[in-house]
Amino acid sequence: MEWETVIGLETHVELATRTKIFCACSTKFGAPPNTQCCPVCMGMPGTLPVLNEKVVEYAVRTGLALNCEITKYNRFDRKNYFYPDLPKGYQTSQLYLPVARNGAVRIELENGREKDIGISEMHMEEDAGKLIHEPENGCTKVDYNRCGVPLIEIVTQPDFRDGEEVVAYLEELQSILQYLEVSDCKLQEGSLRCDVNLSVRPVGSAQLGSRTEMKNLGSFRAVRRAVAYESQRQIAVLESGGAVLQETRRWDEDRNKSVSMRAKENARDYRYFPEPDLPPLRLDEAYLELLRQQPELAGEKRRRYRQEYGLPAYDADMLTGQKALAEFFEETVARGADPKTASNWILGQVLRQLSQRNLEAKDMTLLPRTLARIIELVERGEINRNTGVQVFDGVFDGGDPEEYIKVNGLRQVSDPEQITRAVETVLKQNPGPVAEFRAGKEKSFGFLVGQTMRNLGGKGDSKQVNVILRNRLSEP
Amino acid sequence: MKITRELVERIAGLSRLSLSEEEKKQMTVQLEEILGSMAALDRLTLDGEHALQERENVLRPDEETQSMERTELLKNAPETDGEYIIVPAALGQEEEG
Amino acid sequence: MSALLDLTVLELGRAIRKGEVSPVEAVRAALAVAGDGCGGAFISLDAEEVVKRAKALENGAKKIENPLFGVPMALKDNICFTGLPTTCASEMLKNFRPPYDAYVVERLNNAGAICLGKTNMDEFGMGSTGETSVFGPVVNPWSPDRVAGGSSAGSAAAVSRGGCWYALGSDTGGSVRLPAAFCGLTGIKPTYGTVSRCGLVAYASSFDQIGPLSRDAADCAAVLDVIQGHDCRDSTSLPGAYGYLLAGLTGDIRGMRIGMPVQSFGDELDPEVRARVSEVADVLRNRGAVVEECELPALEYAVSAYYVMACAQAGSNLARYDGVRYGHRAPGCANPEELHMQSRTQGFGAEVKRRILLGTFVLSAGYYDDYYRKALMAREQIKQEFSRLLERYDLLLTPVAPGPAPRLGESLNDPKRMYLSDIYTVCANLTGLPALSMPCGFHSCGVPVGVQLTGPALGEDKVLNAAHAYQQETDWHRRRPECFGKGGTDRWSGRR
Repeated sequence: MEWETVIGLETHVELATRTKIFCACSTKFGAPPNTQCCPVCMGMPGTLPVLNEKVVEYAVRTGLALNCEITKYNRFDRKNYFYPDLPKGYQTSQLYLPVARNGAVRIELENGREKDIGISEMHMEEDAGKLIHEPENGCTKVDYNRCGVPLIEIVTQPDFRDGEEVVAYLEELQSILQYLEVSDCKLQEGSLRCDVNLSVRPVGSAQLGSRTEMKNLGSFRAVRRAVAYESQRQIAVLESGGAVLQETRRWDEDRNKSVSMRAKENARDYRYFPEPDLPPLRLDEAYLELLRQQPELAGEKRRRYRQEYGLPAYDADMLTGQKALAEFFEETVARGADPKTASNWILGQVLRQLSQRNLEAKDMTLLPRTLARIIELVERGEINRNTGVQVFDGVFDGGDPEEYIKVNGLRQVSDPEQITRAVETVLKQNPGPVAEFRAGKEKSFGFLVGQTMRNLGGKGDSKQVNVILRNRLSEP
Repeated sequence: MKITRELVERIAGLSRLSLSEEEKKQMTVQLEEILGSMAALDRLTLDGEHALQERENVLRPDEETQSMERTELLKNAPETDGEYIIVPAALGQEEEG
Repeated sequence: MSALLDLTVLELGRAIRKGEVSPVEAVRAALAVAGDGCGGAFISLDAEEVVKRAKALENGAKKIENPLFGVPMALKDNICFTGLPTTCASEMLKNFRPPYDAYVVERLNNAGAICLGKTNMDEFGMGSTGETSVFGPVVNPWSPDRVAGGSSAGSAAAVSRGGCWYALGSDTGGSVRLPAAFCGLTGIKPTYGTVSRCGLVAYASSFDQIGPLSRDAADCAAVLDVIQGHDCRDSTSLPGAYGYLLAGLTGDIRGMRIGMPVQSFGDELDPEVRARVSEVADVLRNRGAVVEECELPALEYAVSAYYVMACAQAGSNLARYDGVRYGHRAPGCANPEELHMQSRTQGFGAEVKRRILLGTFVLSAGYYDDYYRKALMAREQIKQEFSRLLERYDLLLTPVAPGPAPRLGESLNDPKRMYLSDIYTVCANLTGLPALSMPCGFHSCGVPVGVQLTGPALGEDKVLNAAHAYQQETDWHRRRPECFGKGGTDRWSGRR
């Protein structure tokens, strides 16, 4: 039998607010345990939540970017369950009236195919603390720093059919969230976490099979492998005449397999009810309009770069991969640089410098106008391209290109007399190659150009050098 | 509303309360009696969502204030190592949420 | 008996500001009663600290011009105060020392108040009689075999016995008004949102509100003027102009329209209580008010709606007591689940468990629509009826409780009956409206009878003014029980 895999995703994203969702403690990652806590996020008796306005703003921005309907009348609900990392014994979340519903994200796949993934809903909630297990001491240590860090949970429709689609969606989501600057989206720090709901069914069947929920997917690689594994596992179960158990499974990356987590009958009765400590939240049209004016997203940019600037798909993808890089590119073009030339410089020289320094584009000090100036100097023939690279490296950390050229005497030599003198010297010193060229060996010409440039200290105007040399050689 | 012993056991489990046999018996009777007296609610007709007059849009700016000293926060904790709160090993337990 | 003890808050405050009485003298007079058993009214007090505080106020460079300056008071033990443990009268929090002060404590400190100690209560506020405390019951100062009324039982008993001049209680379903009625005091539950809940240990978030218990309406006004105010740490706190209640107390109620809902005078009402409340109507009429009967049919839903919502919220609010961060931890548990289960089973008393279980049930899968959602609807209907009534009337006049203070032990094994006794008080919590209880005579069994006045939202001024007018005509609020000023260890299991 032919099988089809059906996947839906629940993604938790930590929002990059300065403070927690319901109290004014810092959200910074990596602080010593229990030092970014207060009576509110530790769930002390008598404490009350007050909603952070930035959380609402970031959530709504994200909802709009995911093409969702925004809920005008919002409320929070309590999700009740016990666990040592949950100080209040309930998580403040949204069940009945989530902030956003019915959206869609367009993903691009390897073969250029596009597909829309439906977003069923997105809601705001708080993160829990962190448990550190020490089985050798028979205990678990609890750190509440992460408790109350704002999250949005994005739930998709069961629209994915394989791991490639899932990863494409996650990459698109990551890029959207980074563009909006609402999240750092670092999988390794846990600021983006996804759970995979997966089932299989015979091809052609309209009914969904019994599904499992998989947790602990720490990287895109893990997502791809977990999807492949789980789908094979379920098919094997069904083909051997068994039934897939509806359960939560945990992906074990080291052993490359999913394992069942203890299923409990009662565990899922969360007894949701409206959070009485938080008044409702009403979002009016003016507020939404304000937030609609948000930066262009990566997908739109990519299309525009191809159409408007005529860039190849590769360039467009690379430039829009990091928001800071795309912004740098646009600024450089805005200052008069040819788009393709600017793209070549950025994808070549800028990325080379960044990787050598282990920097991210957003941390770079180089100004777009500096690069635009260097490109212009090369275009105008004041320096040649190689010198351009030398100047670029010299001013990458700051400085004026022209000043650098002057100080280092790098101005291009385009004086015909000076070039002619150099050519004469080279011809005299290299009778062999001259004879070979005249005998028809074109390759020797390149050698002679190189020698001339060398004579000119690398600063010769290569066009002129070519012309003068060729003219001189064609003379008897 | 008929309250069964199984139902009492289920809600006791959800509430993380362990009841003696005697307490289970008592709760079964009392819950049924209390819920029986709530029959008045059945006479209400549900006509759509209610709209309570409440405050709306109470928000605070995203401004950080100093967190509380850890020693102060942990002073009521039954067991700590000075940095973390310690509980019996949670490994192998299902993490909900 | 010290003559000082018989003064009202306003009288003592005036004497202190004039220098006729020193805060230390006042504290010593109160400690003689409060520190001597006081009928189980106190859970904790630190006499040394209190005297220190009084001395500091006495020697303070700047005298605070507030009626509460230097006047000793007490706090219900569910209000966080860094000076003493906050136990909620529960094994669960027996040793809990809050790391912060409640909003009301900050306000009282700024006004120069002196907190003598923490008062006994029903465990976590759950009870109408003051008997569910892990420290033992509070007895009625007027009759040692009867209850003081709950849940702010200790606050009421402390003031009634002369252990302090006023006390703060909290009122979720009548917990200030009921003990005020049973102990012969004036107590008010202010409009929901006018006193911050920051630092009040939650029972039912939608209903909890802190309120004062004192000897008369004027004292209540003075305390509300200090503790009401907008607090940005409580999202349900209402902005507004506070602090003018005492200044607005004229006693002039001519032309005031007062409604008496006939549903509040049904068959369940004790005939003597009915008679006392009717007499109040006569007194108010004599002062120029118009009192007439009106209809409140939604009253039939009140108790059910209240207990569904209160227990559901309680079950959730009390989930934080899991033995992990604070509070009782059961020893020798193998895993967190067992830790939660054992700590809670050992830490909570029977009534608290009952309400948690009820709350869990009404929210559990399949029952939300039948109970919680219906309770929300019923609440809405009750709100609408009240708001219609309060367009026609300035105030509503009702009993506080269907009968006099029950005998000790009588209600403990009949939860349904105890819940039904809250019928007149829960409406103010369901609607958020201000409601006051004041003494209006005695029952033949020897205990005081209370009457309730309910006003429109933010209508504390109307409520207090009518009560003030009544108290200018009557002297029930000046009656003192026999044990007044004597302390007495007849029931006490707290600690010093």
